[in-house]
Amino acid sequence: MIYDWLHSMTGSAIAAAIIQSLLPLFIFILPFALFAVLLERKVSGHMQDRLGPMRVGYHGIFQTIADIIKLIQKEDIVATENDRRFFDLSPILVFAGSYAAFAAIPFSGAFIGSNIDLGIVYIIAVTGLVVAGILMGGWASNNKYSLLGAMRAAAQIISYEIPTLLIVVTVIMITGTMNLFTISEWQTQYFWNWLILGGPVFGTAKLLLIPLMIISFLIIFLSTLAEVNRTPFDIPEAESELVSGYHTEYSGMKFAMFFLAEYANMFAVSAVVATLFFGGFQSPVGYLGNTFGAKWLIPIEQFFWFTSKGLFFVFVQMWLRWTLPRFRVDQLMAFCWKYLIPFAFVILILVGLITVLI
Amino acid sequence: MALKTEEMVLNMGPQHPSTHGVLRLELVLDGELIEDVIPHIGYLHRCFEKHSEAMTYPQVIPYTDRMDYLASMYNEFGYAVAMERLMNIEVPERVQYIRVIMGEFQRIASHLVALGTYGADIGAFTPFLFCFRDREKILNLFEITCGARLLYNYIWIGGVSHDLHPDFIRLAREFIIEFRPNLKELNDLLTFNQIFIDRTANVGILPAETAINYGITGPNLRASGVNWDLRRNDPYSIYDKFEFEIPIGKGEKGTTGDCWDRYYMRVCEMEESLKIIEQALDQIPEGDVSSAIPKRVKPPVGQIYARVENPRGELGYFIISDGSLNPYRIKVRAPSFVNLEVLGELCKGHLVADVVAILGSIDIVLGEVDR
Repeated sequence: MIYDWLHSMTGSAIAAAIIQSLLPLFIFILPFALFAVLLERKVSGHMQDRLGPMRVGYHGIFQTIADIIKLIQKEDIVATENDRRFFDLSPILVFAGSYAAFAAIPFSGAFIGSNIDLGIVYIIAVTGLVVAGILMGGWASNNKYSLLGAMRAAAQIISYEIPTLLIVVTVIMITGTMNLFTISEWQTQYFWNWLILGGPVFGTAKLLLIPLMIISFLIIFLSTLAEVNRTPFDIPEAESELVSGYHTEYSGMKFAMFFLAEYANMFAVSAVVATLFFGGFQSPVGYLGNTFGAKWLIPIEQFFWFTSKGLFFVFVQMWLRWTLPRFRVDQLMAFCWKYLIPFAFVILILVGLITVLI
Repeated sequence: MALKTEEMVLNMGPQHPSTHGVLRLELVLDGELIEDVIPHIGYLHRCFEKHSEAMTYPQVIPYTDRMDYLASMYNEFGYAVAMERLMNIEVPERVQYIRVIMGEFQRIASHLVALGTYGADIGAFTPFLFCFRDREKILNLFEITCGARLLYNYIWIGGVSHDLHPDFIRLAREFIIEFRPNLKELNDLLTFNQIFIDRTANVGILPAETAINYGITGPNLRASGVNWDLRRNDPYSIYDKFEFEIPIGKGEKGTTGDCWDRYYMRVCEMEESLKIIEQALDQIPEGDVSSAIPKRVKPPVGQIYARVENPRGELGYFIISDGSLNPYRIKVRAPSFVNLEVLGELCKGHLVADVVAILGSIDIVLGEVDR
């Protein structure tokens, strides 16, 4: 829909595709990152018996904007011993990696950056790029804390990609597609058609799938949590041990890029989880647009449902962060290799049998 | 081709979020495994002992406050006990009760900081703020008593500087009623959290024998299963009048003397301190608080070693008097300093993350380590 409009406006298919892919970045993610930073501070504040930012604007709503302005103005400190080229490249890679994921996320029936068939694989691939950025930053900083943080981050992200991928493969086996848009469409409206409740299949298969899907959801949620380095898996930037891990040496706007990438990542993984297991942009209860016969309302409603689901999971991530302590690095690895991966394998096999036999 | 590996020396501190002040640790690392820990102290050295020699005896009290700045009341308490024994001063009953109440409140406040920051070390930030919220209420109680919130100069030789505020006893009771549920909340949020237990149980095990050999005292010693509390074993002031238990480590979640035990001792001790305060509030007699304060503090020639159970262990004052107005020598046995020595022993073979957990569980205050 948006693509057709852009096509007629620009008269060029390539230009239309590029603009469309960039749209989520500008109309959604940048404002979202600003909002998420504030949300985190508010959530933590209220959980800890305090108010959070209150000074800039009503209840501090402009706090993040003030912070960003401050960060832009700050001096960009580069120590003489830093490896300048990689030091500069790292935040860009991390930022680009986490934002590129949004291009394939279907925000609503009419709003997807790029409707590619390899959607989910693409997202996993580009977020994998983030590891390179983090490792690069940690190494180029020439700081032992940064290096330790980067090493931890690389080990952690790569380990946790395995259970994520296994669950994604499970989902692909059920839905038969890697296209996130089709996956969302497949889980047609009403919540009992969501994949967490077995998807729009009927009979024995659905009953068998429900428990497996709930476990799959838990596995993918935990492993994506680890992939974006959130508590209880935030050991790469464990404040009390490694100061702030791989971005200790960064200041000013480069720091802000890591910071914004973190929040963008939080939404990206929430969006993937919501798309795979919670119907993506599908409404749980049907659309007002259908009831009133106003078709133009449906994409807007879908956008609303999608962001609500995404924000809910972002909130859960924050909630966990301000409740739980942090794992130790070996426990984190043990958790992944001893529990998540075997469980994910078992689920993969069981779901494979179910899809083949029933 | 064999790959060559080398040890990495990581310098932790003096500016680091979880060295609890200006402690510098030199960590020799093999990957993330600790091979050796060398603590460097002295960044906060303020010549307390030498400085006291130029002060008159009462003038030393404000400086004792600044040693263990989280347990100022108890430092004064210890100094007052030492001086009173040196000068044979009989302290009025009411003063003793006030001192015990203040001392135990200080113990709770100090433990709250220890537990809160320990939570933050492990990565749980919320308990930290919950603990500080409760500590704030204790500081308010101190504030109405003597006007200061951190460095009180309240317990004087032979008495206390002010009598209790008329509202104090009511407010203290209210605090106890408010605080008990918060303690349970802390247990739910942190103490019995599985991740927290995984992080702290079986980490940094301190066997009783090692603890005794190193001269560890306080909650750290009791966590190793040694029943030793000066309030019971060498009673001073009026501690023999109160009913309270001495919690000792049982290795509930792991091995006796691990980080979790050391942490849990402090939780249990807060509970016991509340019991002592409740009894003291019930029994406190009326009376004058300043009648025994000497006009001129001039102890006879002699020396004294007096020790009290500070929140961190045995705080001892060794005072030599040459009969003049100034002390000839004051030596402080600082519990944090002695407890810190065992760090290297505990950390070997653990991971970097464990150093933070172990250091936090020993609960040092650098002001007292360096003096």
